[in-house]
Amino acid sequence: MPDIIVRLKEANIIGRGGAEFPAHQKWAAVRDATAKAKYVICNASEREPAVFKDFHILSHEPEKVFAGLTLAMTTVGATEGIFNLNAEYAQKLKETFSTLIAKAKGEGCAIRIFEEFPSYIGGEETALLNAIEGRRCEPRLRPPFPTEQGLYGCPTLIHNVETLYDIACVSDGTFEGKRFYSISGAVEHTGVFHLPSSLTALQVLTETGNLPEGDFFAQLGGGGSGAVFNRTQLETERVRGAGAIIVHRCDEDARGLVLSWLEFFQRESCGKCTPCREGTYQLVRLMEDSDAIPWERMTPIFDVLEKTSFCALGRSVPLPVQSYYRNVFQRQS
Amino acid sequence: MKAIPLDTGREVTVFLNGKSCNAQEGESILTVALREGFDIPHYCTHEDLPIDANCRTCLVEIEGKNTVVTSCSLRATEGLRVLLDTPQVIKLRTQNMELLFGDYQSNSPRIRHGYYSRTLEEMKRFGITGEQYKRDDPRRPIHKLGSAAEFDPALCIACNKCVEACQMIGICHLRLEGRGSKTRVDFNPDPANDCIYCGQCTAHCPVEAIREQSHLEQVVEALRDEDKIVIVQSAPSIRTSIGEGFGVEPGTDLTGELVTACRMLGFDRVFDVNMGADITTMVEAEELIKRLRHKWDFQEGKRKDPPVKGPMFTSCCPGWVKFVEFYKSDFIPNLTVARSPQIHSGGAYKTWWAEKEGIDPKKIVVVSIMPCTSKKYETTFEHLKIDGMKPVDFVLTTRELISLLKTRKIDLPRLEKGEVDREGMYSGAGAIYGASGGVMESALRTAYRMLTGEDSPSIEFTSVRGFDGFKRAKIQIGTRTVSVAVVAMPKNFWPVFREIAKDQNAYDYVECMACPGGCIGGGGQPIPNTFALVKKRIQGLYGIDKNMTFRRAHDNPVVRDYFTYLDTLPAERRDALLRRGFQKKAKGE
Repeated sequence: MPDIIVRLKEANIIGRGGAEFPAHQKWAAVRDATAKAKYVICNASEREPAVFKDFHILSHEPEKVFAGLTLAMTTVGATEGIFNLNAEYAQKLKETFSTLIAKAKGEGCAIRIFEEFPSYIGGEETALLNAIEGRRCEPRLRPPFPTEQGLYGCPTLIHNVETLYDIACVSDGTFEGKRFYSISGAVEHTGVFHLPSSLTALQVLTETGNLPEGDFFAQLGGGGSGAVFNRTQLETERVRGAGAIIVHRCDEDARGLVLSWLEFFQRESCGKCTPCREGTYQLVRLMEDSDAIPWERMTPIFDVLEKTSFCALGRSVPLPVQSYYRNVFQRQS
Repeated sequence: MKAIPLDTGREVTVFLNGKSCNAQEGESILTVALREGFDIPHYCTHEDLPIDANCRTCLVEIEGKNTVVTSCSLRATEGLRVLLDTPQVIKLRTQNMELLFGDYQSNSPRIRHGYYSRTLEEMKRFGITGEQYKRDDPRRPIHKLGSAAEFDPALCIACNKCVEACQMIGICHLRLEGRGSKTRVDFNPDPANDCIYCGQCTAHCPVEAIREQSHLEQVVEALRDEDKIVIVQSAPSIRTSIGEGFGVEPGTDLTGELVTACRMLGFDRVFDVNMGADITTMVEAEELIKRLRHKWDFQEGKRKDPPVKGPMFTSCCPGWVKFVEFYKSDFIPNLTVARSPQIHSGGAYKTWWAEKEGIDPKKIVVVSIMPCTSKKYETTFEHLKIDGMKPVDFVLTTRELISLLKTRKIDLPRLEKGEVDREGMYSGAGAIYGASGGVMESALRTAYRMLTGEDSPSIEFTSVRGFDGFKRAKIQIGTRTVSVAVVAMPKNFWPVFREIAKDQNAYDYVECMACPGGCIGGGGQPIPNTFALVKKRIQGLYGIDKNMTFRRAHDNPVVRDYFTYLDTLPAERRDALLRRGFQKKAKGE
């Protein structure tokens, strides 16, 4: 049997938290690092709106996630595994987890739960490291990368729940190139569906019996940072990022939709960098101060958000709003 | 994910706007650019503190890539080509600065009152209006740090520098709180933690959000009042740093220009805190000898009553004194009861000088120019009053004086040199008070004389000099060896206490100062306040000492006059003028 890292590369396992970074590269970096301590972290922060597949996986197949986690720990030589659970999930999964942690302990893997104060930024891996260390939950400068100097300055491997699930599947030969889709919005069947990652968004909606009648558009990836596409585009677009599809009817109130995105970003900004801290606040203010959507006045703020934000979360703020403008709003009016 | 090697020490060449520049591999491009004289706005970068890269104003473009990055976090690699002011860079940084400085002018009390503001000057230089965006409202009220400093949430840009400065010196009273646009500086609620009013936060705030509690208005008011006789006295540390506010080479001595400037501002007399420093030296040296003799006599069995355990500590830094009174009150008996320089001279002017001149002391207003915020706090102490009068009425920081001079369009470095009025005359010993080790050295010069009856063969005690936060030395005085330590910054106070806990005779005499490098790196000094600048300012101070006619406090004729006067007073009155007390302090006191 070839080395697991080689198999992860062959199976093209990528991060399912949204960043889509190749898993094997992180594994090799942490495995090859020499350090007194190494950590593997499973991130179940999942605080982006309309993304709920991690909770689904943890509720239905937690053993598989733990199998992925312990495999990662033994492969890279981790001294400790940490499960980052947002406090809401922790409450619901407590019992299952204590059994699985005890089992892992029996196999020589020390795993503990970190209960995160629920936040969108907690999905950013360096912000999560700060939170676990008891520091302010905000992203760190890179380099150094977590694989070099992560938790407490030690090499750290951080994976999303679904990524570890996929890894366990690769390990036991059941990986089929599928991903988990969180589908919600104006659809018949809200829920999580496990389907091939090669499908287009429209195919996913069709297969799950969720194709709406009449005109619609959808946000793909995540309910916060995902880009918006019209029906025609959905025929060719695949679902990226965290795998969410949020369907909207074309008669939905545009102003309300844009405001909900911006309010989300304002509420969840960690406050570290200028464009995200002050910019998201000003965007909401601009919306509140005008009856129509102030597209033009928002542009310079979107510009700095996209080009000068500290982390990917800030950089992605303009994406839903601007893609909605380009792909949907402009075509309607 | 290949990382750039950090700080390898290798020399590389980078190109900034096409100009070939030498850099250390891994060095911040912002640092290189500033060194090369390029003007790049930056608010969250300070060379002694971690790189945070949160203000997003020091933007540059990597040539050929069309991507904009922060230059503070961009590291030098061989051949890196960077453009500093492309249209894209200017557009984006202007936008971020407008976001940071929304409503800045209307929210800044200094600007509202018509005074020069360094931040406003910078905004103008980079074409920032401050009128594009409104600040988050409603905001928290201004938070007072004792009577020394204050935090104004309306101006804060959450750059985190004050928090890091407070951690750097070892107090950890500040932190960032809240998320998103509510992110602002907050204060450690732990009852066992308190601010010591050193003002390092204010010296590291790039936008005057955390700042000294201003006395500018009161001073200007006093100068306007024809009935008042307004005395100005400058601390040792002002003269080699104030020039930085006017673009003069750091460490340049502007004592003479400063005297002229003060006269132009309308002060009636220009005296000097250095004179007060000479008084402190006299009183402190006398007490040191008294304590040492007691200790030696006890050790040799000549005395039965045990001396105070542990060393004598200096007490002229109010930040350090607050540290002892709050964190280590068991050591209050170890603090010298000598008054601090500004309190000594201020008191002398309101008594001895007023009597001599036949002036009603109630008409005298004493204004100190200090490198310090805790000196404002010191002036509020009831127990320091003489005949119901405060020895010092108002304190301006170096920064406030710069602001006042610039408001009045007084170009300090171009002025003729003036001389202080006679009662401001001082020795070289007073001049070096500003540097960490200076108080100790001055006291040792005089203590040597008092103990041996002769002046020390070498006037300079170089082993107590330097920027190190913790210096130890053995000083030979006649047949005796005196163990001393010179300590700067609270993070170094704890090790001293640990050493004393192990061996109460570890030291005979310890000088402690709250700020890096001593008062010369004080919380009221010009911005930026960096270790490198502090070292240059220190050089300037020792230069002043070297050129003085009198270099020992006991040789200062004015001090001699003052002590002759004191000798005519009843012992109680003399004590009231020379000594002070201490008390255990609660949080916020």
